[in-house]
Amino acid sequence: MTHLPLQRRTLALLAVVLPLLALFVYVAVRSGPLAPVAVTAITVQEEAITPALFGTGTVEARYTYKIGPTYAGRVMRLDVQVGDRVAAGQVLGEMDPVDLDDRIRAAEAGLKRAQAVLREAEARNTFAQAQARRYEGLRAEGLVSEEMFAAKLQERQIAEAALAGAREEIARLQSDRQALRAQRANLRLTAPVDGLVIARAADPGTTVVAGQPVVEVIDPTRYWIDTRFDQISANGLQADLNAHIVLRSRSNEHLAGRVLRVEPRADAVTEETLAKVVFAELPQNLPPLGELAEVTVALPALPAAPVIPNAAIKRIDGRLGVWLIRDGELAFTPVALGASDLDGRVQVRRGVKAGDRVVVHSGQALSTKSRIHVVERLTKASP
Amino acid sequence: MISLAGRDILHSWGKFIFTGVGLGLLIGVTLVMAGVYRGMVEDAKVLLDNSGADLWVVQKDTLGPYAESSSVYDDLWRGIAVLPGVARAANVTYLTMPVRKGDRDVRAMVTGIVAGGPGSPGWPPYLVAGRQITRGHYEAVADLATGFALGDRIQIRRQHYTVVGLTRRMVSSSGDPMVFIPLKGAQEAQFLKDNDAILMQRRRTAQNPTFAQPVPGLLDAVVATQTANNFVNAILVQVQDGHLPQDVAEPIRRWKRLQVYDRAQMEQILVGKLIATSARQIGMFLAILALVSAAVVAFIIYTLTMDKIREIAVLKLIGTRNRTIAALILQQAIALGVIGFVVGKITATFAAPMFPKYVLLMPFDSLTGFFAVLVICVLASLIAIRIALRVDPAEAIGG
Repeated sequence: MTHLPLQRRTLALLAVVLPLLALFVYVAVRSGPLAPVAVTAITVQEEAITPALFGTGTVEARYTYKIGPTYAGRVMRLDVQVGDRVAAGQVLGEMDPVDLDDRIRAAEAGLKRAQAVLREAEARNTFAQAQARRYEGLRAEGLVSEEMFAAKLQERQIAEAALAGAREEIARLQSDRQALRAQRANLRLTAPVDGLVIARAADPGTTVVAGQPVVEVIDPTRYWIDTRFDQISANGLQADLNAHIVLRSRSNEHLAGRVLRVEPRADAVTEETLAKVVFAELPQNLPPLGELAEVTVALPALPAAPVIPNAAIKRIDGRLGVWLIRDGELAFTPVALGASDLDGRVQVRRGVKAGDRVVVHSGQALSTKSRIHVVERLTKASP
Repeated sequence: MISLAGRDILHSWGKFIFTGVGLGLLIGVTLVMAGVYRGMVEDAKVLLDNSGADLWVVQKDTLGPYAESSSVYDDLWRGIAVLPGVARAANVTYLTMPVRKGDRDVRAMVTGIVAGGPGSPGWPPYLVAGRQITRGHYEAVADLATGFALGDRIQIRRQHYTVVGLTRRMVSSSGDPMVFIPLKGAQEAQFLKDNDAILMQRRRTAQNPTFAQPVPGLLDAVVATQTANNFVNAILVQVQDGHLPQDVAEPIRRWKRLQVYDRAQMEQILVGKLIATSARQIGMFLAILALVSAAVVAFIIYTLTMDKIREIAVLKLIGTRNRTIAALILQQAIALGVIGFVVGKITATFAAPMFPKYVLLMPFDSLTGFFAVLVICVLASLIAIRIALRVDPAEAIGG
C-alpha cells in the first residue's frame, strides 16, 4: 500500500531530474571548448575567372583653356556667363585698354604727319632732281661753274636721302601702329575653340595679374575620368581595356568606357596607379566635372584552374593556406594563389586540386584539433 | 540500508526541487557574472588575436592604437617592412563611430585595412558568411553583432559601403562590433570633416590675408593640403619565423623613434589599463554575489533542517545514531548543491548569448563554481548538523 505512492514519487522525481541531467550533459558538450565548430565547406572546382580591377576617379575635362590677359590690367567687360557655349574665335570679354586707344590715335596722327613730311620730301626731291638736270645742261654749255653743279648734285642726294628717310619713317610708324593695334586686339579675350564656359573668375572692374585666368573654357566633347587604382591590385592594367563606369549621382547606371592610357608616373604618396578612362559614348546630360566615379576594368578571362573563395584563405604561422577536410579531419595546406576576381574567387596555383573539400566559413578560428560540424550556412538566411 | 536523506527528499520532493531550482538561478547569475568578467578580458584579447599582429607600431609616447589615439604617417610602413625580421607590415586605422543603415545607426569600431588580400595584418581571420573585401573602395565586412546582413548598404560618414562579408566575435576592447573597410576610405572617414566644416575651413583660409594674394592656384593648393590626410593609427607588424618580437621591436623603437608594443605589452595595456576599472567593478560585484549566494545556501539548508527538527527529534528519540542524522543533513545539502549547480549551469549557458556583450563561460570557472558550491553546502550543513544534534528528543513529544 505504501509501496505504490512511493514509486510514483520516485518516478516523478526522476521525470524532473533526468531531463535536467540530460540538459546539463548537452550544455556541457555543446558549448565551451568541447563543442564542435560549425563550418561551411565547398568542393574545389576548376573554373575560368575573369579578373577585374576596381578604381575610383573624378570626371575631368580632357582640355581646359584658361583665358586671361598677358599683361596685368583691369577687366573692362565680360560677355559670357558660366554654362555658355562659345565658338572658336568668339570674343568673350575685353581688358581695359587704359591709354592704348589714345596711343593708337597718336600713332595715326604721327603717321599722317609723316605722310605730310613724305610729301614735302617728295616735293623737295622732285625740285632737286629737276635742278640737278638743269644744271647738268648748263654745265655742259659752260654756263655754270663746276662748284655750283656739284652743289646741286649734293642737294639732289640730300633730297633723295630725306625721301628715303620719310618713307622709312612711315614704315616705322605703320609698324608702331600695327603693334599698338595688336596689343589692343590682345586685350580681347577670345575663345580658342568651340567650348563651354566653366568658370568666370573675375568680373568687370577686377584687376588681374598677368596670366591669371579670367574665363575657363573646356571642350565639352572630350571628358575623361582621372582614375586611381591601388598599386597592389593594378596588375594587368593597360590601355584599350574595356571598363564600365558608375557615376556617384547615377549609381544604377552603368556606362561603357575604355582605358585611354595608364600614366607613366604613379602617385608615390598614395601608392596608386593613375589611368585615364574615357567614355565610349558621352552621357546625354553631362556629368559635372569633379564628380566621383567608380571604374571597373575587365581584364582578359583566364584559363580554368582550381578556384577557392577568398574567405577560405587563412594565414597560420606566417603561411597562407586553406583548411582541407579529409575524412572529417582538418588539415592545413599552404597554397600559392593566382589571380582573383572581384567576386572574391581566387585561383590556386599550388596546394589544392579540384575535388578537395575546403572550409570556407567557420564559427571561430580553427586549429588542427578542432572538431568540426559542416553546416549549410552559419548565419540566418541572407537576402 | 535505507537512505534517510533519499526518503526525506522523496517525502517532500516538490519543495526540495523548487528550492534547488531557486538556488540554481542564483548560482546561474553568479556564473554569468563570472562570464561577464571573463568576457571583458576575452574581448580585449580577441581584438589582439584578430589583428594578426606580433608588434604594434604607434606614435611615440602613446598607448595607441586601442587605448589612446595615435597617428603615424602612412608611408612609414615601407621603412619598417624592410627591417630584418619583419615579415609583413601594414597600416591600419581604428575609429569607433556610428555606422548608419537607413535610419538606424550602430556604434562600431571602423577598421581600415590595407588592400593586401586575406591573411594580411588587420584582416578578419575568419568569416561566417560572404567573402573578404576585393575592391579598394566601398566594400565592408561587418560583425554579426552590428545586425547588418550581406548586401546591406551602410553609410560611414558620407560614403556608402556594401556589406560583402560577416564576421563573428570581432569586437573592440569595449565590445563594439567591428566593421572592416578599405584603408583609403577609413582614412578619409577618420579625418574627413563634414561638408559644413570643410566649407567653413575654406572660407577661413580664403580670408587669411597671407593666402589672399593674387597668385593663381595658391588658395587651391592650401585647401588641398588642408583636406588631405596621410595618417594612420598604427602599423601592424608580423615577425618572421625565428625572430623574437622584442628583437625586431628594438630597432624600430630606437631608430624610427616610434613606440612599439608586443603582444604581452598590448595585453597589459588593454587588460591592465583600459578595462581595469570596469573589470574590477565586475569582480567586486562577483565577489558580493558569491557571498550572497553562500549566505542564501546556508540559510536554505538551515531552514530545511529547522523544518524537520521535529522529525529529527523523533529520530533521536528512537535512538538513531548521530552519524546517521548528520549524514541525512549533509547528503541533502550536497544534493541541493548539485541540483542548484546543474540548474545554474544550464541557465547560465542559455542566458549567456542573450547578453549584449560577450559572456564567456569557462569550464574552469564552472568547475571552481561547482566545488565552491559543494564547500559552501558542506559548511552550511555543519551549522545545521550542530543544531540538529543538540535538539532535545523531548521536543518530539512536546509543544
